[in-house]
Amino acid sequence: MTQKHEPGECRCSRGLTRRGFLSTVGAGVAVASAAGKLAAQPAASQGADVLPSAEMTPITLNINGRTHRLLVEPRWSLLFVLRERLGLTGTKVGCERGECGACTVLMDDLPRYACMTLAVEAQGSEITTLEGLMRGEELGGVQQAFVEEDAFQCGYCTPGQIMAVEGLLRAHPEPSQEEIQMGLSGNLCRCGAYVHIFKAAGRAAQLKRGQ
Amino acid sequence: MSKKEIYAVKGLSVPETPASAQEPKPWKQTQMVGKGIPRVDAYERVSGTAVYPSDVLLPDMIYGAVLRCPHPHAQVKKVDVEAASKMPGVRAVITGDTPEARVEWTYSKEARSSLFDPHCRFEGEPVAAVAAETPYQAEDALRAIRVEYDVLPFVVDERDALKENAPSVHGAGNVLKTEKYERGQVDRGFREADVVLEENYRTECQLHTPMELHGCVAKWDGDRLTLWESTQGVYAVQAEVAEVLKLPLSKVRVVGHYMGGGFGSKLKAGKYTVIAALLAKKSARPVKLFLTREETYLAVGNRPPNNMRLKAGVKKDGTLTALDFSCTGTGGAYPSGGTSLVDWLVRDLYKCPNVRTECTDIAIHTGPARPFRAPGHPQGAWVLEQMMDALAEAIKMDPVELRLKNIPNFSQGKEGNPPYSSTGLKQCLEEGAKAFQWKVARSKALAPGETGRIKRGVGMASCLWVVGGGWPPSTVILKLFPDGSLNLNMGASDIGTGTKTVMALVAAEELGIPLGKIEIEHADTGTTQYATPSGGSKTVPTEAPTVRAAAISVKQQLLEMASKELKLDAASLVFQEGSIAPAKDPSKSVKITDLSELKKRGVVVGIGYRGPNPENKAIIPFAAQFCEVEVNTKTGEVKILRFVSTNDSGRVMDRLTYDSQVIGGITMGIGLAMTEYRVLDRDQTGRMLNRNWHDYKLPTALDVPLEMTSLPVDREDSQANSVGAKGLGEPVTIPTAPAIANAVYNATGIRITETPISPERLCRLLAEKRKEG
Repeated sequence: MTQKHEPGECRCSRGLTRRGFLSTVGAGVAVASAAGKLAAQPAASQGADVLPSAEMTPITLNINGRTHRLLVEPRWSLLFVLRERLGLTGTKVGCERGECGACTVLMDDLPRYACMTLAVEAQGSEITTLEGLMRGEELGGVQQAFVEEDAFQCGYCTPGQIMAVEGLLRAHPEPSQEEIQMGLSGNLCRCGAYVHIFKAAGRAAQLKRGQ
Repeated sequence: MSKKEIYAVKGLSVPETPASAQEPKPWKQTQMVGKGIPRVDAYERVSGTAVYPSDVLLPDMIYGAVLRCPHPHAQVKKVDVEAASKMPGVRAVITGDTPEARVEWTYSKEARSSLFDPHCRFEGEPVAAVAAETPYQAEDALRAIRVEYDVLPFVVDERDALKENAPSVHGAGNVLKTEKYERGQVDRGFREADVVLEENYRTECQLHTPMELHGCVAKWDGDRLTLWESTQGVYAVQAEVAEVLKLPLSKVRVVGHYMGGGFGSKLKAGKYTVIAALLAKKSARPVKLFLTREETYLAVGNRPPNNMRLKAGVKKDGTLTALDFSCTGTGGAYPSGGTSLVDWLVRDLYKCPNVRTECTDIAIHTGPARPFRAPGHPQGAWVLEQMMDALAEAIKMDPVELRLKNIPNFSQGKEGNPPYSSTGLKQCLEEGAKAFQWKVARSKALAPGETGRIKRGVGMASCLWVVGGGWPPSTVILKLFPDGSLNLNMGASDIGTGTKTVMALVAAEELGIPLGKIEIEHADTGTTQYATPSGGSKTVPTEAPTVRAAAISVKQQLLEMASKELKLDAASLVFQEGSIAPAKDPSKSVKITDLSELKKRGVVVGIGYRGPNPENKAIIPFAAQFCEVEVNTKTGEVKILRFVSTNDSGRVMDRLTYDSQVIGGITMGIGLAMTEYRVLDRDQTGRMLNRNWHDYKLPTALDVPLEMTSLPVDREDSQANSVGAKGLGEPVTIPTAPAIANAVYNATGIRITETPISPERLCRLLAEKRKEG
């Protein structure tokens, strides 16, 4: 990975070019995805422009099939924009540093940590949040399975767990036990509901197949 | 499964109604209680419609952030907020110099402090706070605050704190208190023993780290303050905030409908609660203030580390003759129970006439402890249950057998030695051993000739939890509407244990109303009734009898109404699936929804109060856990293969949430045993080094055994309370760590006396053992 620090290019206040920062994030993804895990990862970015940090930037986000046009600071995370600007609070905040997975959303069907994704990076992707799994007022299959298996206690990590399972099932409709555990390995649950979450993942796969 | 199948909708028959002032007897048979019924708030929790305090969005809301002392011990000399105050988006800045922020803060009764105490006794003490239009701008402003500190000498390990010349936390020696307990004649007990063993143990500091961060949203309407706080007890937060800010209780409304885990760390308000209120006042805007994950590692509690020693004597027949226990521990910079209840299991779990304990609580420069799921008990179990395992081996007795030989039927540790209202410890041990196939698994593990580097082992441990019966006060109100639907109003929080579900089941059981027609209002000091915080495994045994009392009050009023309508004595009437009829002539029934007085009044209100517990009875939950492990003797890695947990928590109220608590408790216990420990830079900076989930490792999806069996000893405790349930949330995590340690010993012959059972530690011990031959 090369980082360019051309004089005069950086208009950020903190001395790191946006491009440099973004390519750092991108490299982390390359390593992680090479490991072949489907656990949530920071989103990849390609060909990002240098954005002035002090100015609001207009962006367009495609969330749950709807288009949102809004102004953001380039440093705002997708998580912040989803929760605090768009009111989509189904996506939870646990650590804001890519450790817990409470903020997992799908970007183009892949689980991603919204806290490790800048809102400006999320443009051009189809973003799905917990709210996007609902069919009107009806629960989606994965949500239904979590209810049946009591796959949570306090319920705060649950949206992230559900999104991780949803992402897993979109890639592997009939996952093995090992795939389920790997797929959920990026999502912490302090109440310790894992064993029920695994069951819910299996049940969700059934429900999605119409069984 | 369709929604209809999940939520039972059939008319339910209803138990007998006792006359006024008569205590109800426990149910003989139940229709709803005890079944595996999904949570009544499951939809909200999985759909995202549940609004947790951190989800609250208010018009015009801004964001708070706290600047914290980066040193374990320092005196704040000067806080310069000039630059910060002028930063873009900044709406309020407060420090110890702000007049309104000069309020007292009580970490514990013995140690008063102030909100922004200039004498910072731990890394993470608040020094200043800001509120700004976005959390990013608030962070910018924190970075612009200049603080001058006198950095002072520190001690952050209790093992250093008693040394000569150790820096002092409160201006004298660092011993906060020493508690002693003695019964019988311990020295004589040891002389009577055939075998006496003695060992040192240590458990590391464990952090709660619930998924939802600590914090709140604060909003003023004139002189009235509303707080949406992530808490286990809205009334406790209300009381504390009202006292600190000198407000009438009625002017402080605390709402906590949902909360993302607490485990004891959210029983009370935090400094952050008051700071949010002050920032909101100063900026005249609603303020959302949630800590960062890193801050939660420093400033909102922990399970204290403990250094323990146990000497134990046993006769060849398995009779315990004496236990001599001592421990030191630390609750950090302010007295907060550094050794609280660590000796309880030694005092109370097994029959032993001669017991001596001594616990010394020590102050150090770290964040104060807060109660953590079964305070003291997992630490004490780590010691006692490993010692029982060693004693059993020494007298060539099965460890389950040794425990069965020493089951008391009364509390030896409690004053007056009250008998237990029920004890299922024997059943836990016997049924657990049977389900686990203990004897077979153990003989397999002990079989000679295993030479590969993977060794298998089995281990077990048992426990009790010091209080499991709940207690007054609690008030619950039920409102029955003319269409037969019900509103349940209680102040208790559902911290994820299924409280709301259990309470709905109790109301459904007693009134015959399907769950789909019951709606719950809870955890709001403005609109719901008084309750103590949800903690101590007391919520079900406290609130469930209260709900039942309220339901009975509703029924009595309905019987009175029907008595007028049918012109019959109320005592001659009975409930039948939504109707009331003369016991002798069921054909003359009247539907509850047809009662004219109910229609006229629009509602029947039933009030339930939690009555007292039976006198001179100890209401105690018991448990036993069995586990099997695989140890890689080359790498030191331990794989946990399976767990069986048997619990006597009285009647099972909802089987699904019961099992969830059990697997959750085991999982948390695996964390204590295997991976969790606070790392402090003991010598150079005194700072915490692993203040995040990357470096402080919780069990993940890859660290738990798939096979976890919850096996309740489902037997109502008819003496405890009117629903027959005892507490569950805490006993489920107490025996886990020592059960694993005993299994590792069974596999390797290595007794791991200090947590965590890390590959590094185990490798070192394996190498030492090989050297010794």
